[in-house]
Amino acid sequence: MRNVFLFIRRYFTFICFLALQVAALYLLFTYNRFHRAKGLGFANELTGRINSRYKTVDDFFHLKAENQRLHQLNDSLLNLLPSNFEKIDTITRFVRDSIPYDTLGHYRQYLWRDARVVYNTVTAEKNYIQLNKGSNHGIRDNMSVINSDGSAVGVVVNVSPNFSQVMSLLHVQSKRSVVLKKSGNMGTIEWDGKDPLYLTMRNIPKSDSVLKGDTVLTSVNSNFPPGFMVGTVAEVLADKSTNFYVLKLKTAANFFNLQQVHIIENLYDDEQARLRDDTKKKIDDPKNYNR
Amino acid sequence: MSDLIRNIIRFALFILVQVYLLNQLHLHQYIIPYIYYLFILWLPFSVSRINLLIIGFVTGLTLDAFSMQIGVHAAACTLLAYVRPFVINILTPKDSSEFNYREPSPRAMGWTPYLVYVLILTILHHFYMTFLQWLQFGNFLDFVIKVISTTGISMLLIITVELLFPRRMKFRTNTA
Repeated sequence: MRNVFLFIRRYFTFICFLALQVAALYLLFTYNRFHRAKGLGFANELTGRINSRYKTVDDFFHLKAENQRLHQLNDSLLNLLPSNFEKIDTITRFVRDSIPYDTLGHYRQYLWRDARVVYNTVTAEKNYIQLNKGSNHGIRDNMSVINSDGSAVGVVVNVSPNFSQVMSLLHVQSKRSVVLKKSGNMGTIEWDGKDPLYLTMRNIPKSDSVLKGDTVLTSVNSNFPPGFMVGTVAEVLADKSTNFYVLKLKTAANFFNLQQVHIIENLYDDEQARLRDDTKKKIDDPKNYNR
Repeated sequence: MSDLIRNIIRFALFILVQVYLLNQLHLHQYIIPYIYYLFILWLPFSVSRINLLIIGFVTGLTLDAFSMQIGVHAAACTLLAYVRPFVINILTPKDSSEFNYREPSPRAMGWTPYLVYVLILTILHHFYMTFLQWLQFGNFLDFVIKVISTTGISMLLIITVELLFPRRMKFRTNTA
């Protein structure tokens, strides 16, 4: 203890100097913004380095939880993307006109509705197209679908409240009635499941003069409104075993980029179908058969 | 006039001149004439080292209060006051038979030792003060230029003052 006092006494001037320096520097770093910022900056620099080293180690152990959180965040953000939402048409409402003809006496047989393609394939054997309108908008089975450029696309085969499924012409089970524009002869079109650019048309008699480039239209026998393009004859093949041609049709609709389409309802479809069935029943009935 | 009163008047004069005359001269950002620390250089030899330190600190703090930079001059002046006795010891003859003056002055020490004494302490003061003001050497050339230019103009001022106001020399007497 004595030595301590001796030391202090011996170096009293120097200690005093140091004390006054410290006081001056304390004032300097306390009351001056620049010096304070500078001092704190230096301290930050020092502690920041150590802290960042520590943090890198610390972060490593939290990587898993961090990843998980990031993934959840991504998930919630991806859910917000506009492409997640299908625009359901809630504005247009189907109201059946109570008087189905206008004042000039024209009866309406075909009712058109617009729709948008939300799903479409061409590469499968059974290609379907999905549209953004369903039973809520008055869509029912057997309605026909025509592309925006007026070429036949397919027939509605199934509906849900907001969507409808269309059997494309490019479907191996699709079989539609069409007419050759030049002669008016009816035939049927099918698809062989190979080339989405070409359909096969049958039942045109060899007596007909069919040339490459002839137009094929929809017929009244199908649900399509008559007179819309189905395709053009690309190749005329004579089927040796029968009396009919086999025509290769180039489709009028470009099935690769369908976007806007029309759904056409035949307002007398029920009546026509009932008449057909009744007739069949009537004819097939053994009672009538003998007459 | 006693030493105390004389030094109090000097203190006030130096601070006022420094604050209201020299600090108002905007010669250049690097060239600020300083003269107030001449007060510390002129303090009598008889002042004890502790008192010297305290006087230096107070002087610096007073100027700080005027110049809105608390602590810079206080620290520099404290250093000055601490170093002053060493420099004087080196520059004055050891046997004090012919050394009878009360304060450091050209006449007391001779021009050359006195100017060396002033120069060393001036450089020390400016170096430390500039360092505290900038808190870095920054571009070291800028730093050196600032210290040298400030020292130069301060030296010029001090020599002018010495020539203009030759102090009446008082001899140290046994009675004092």
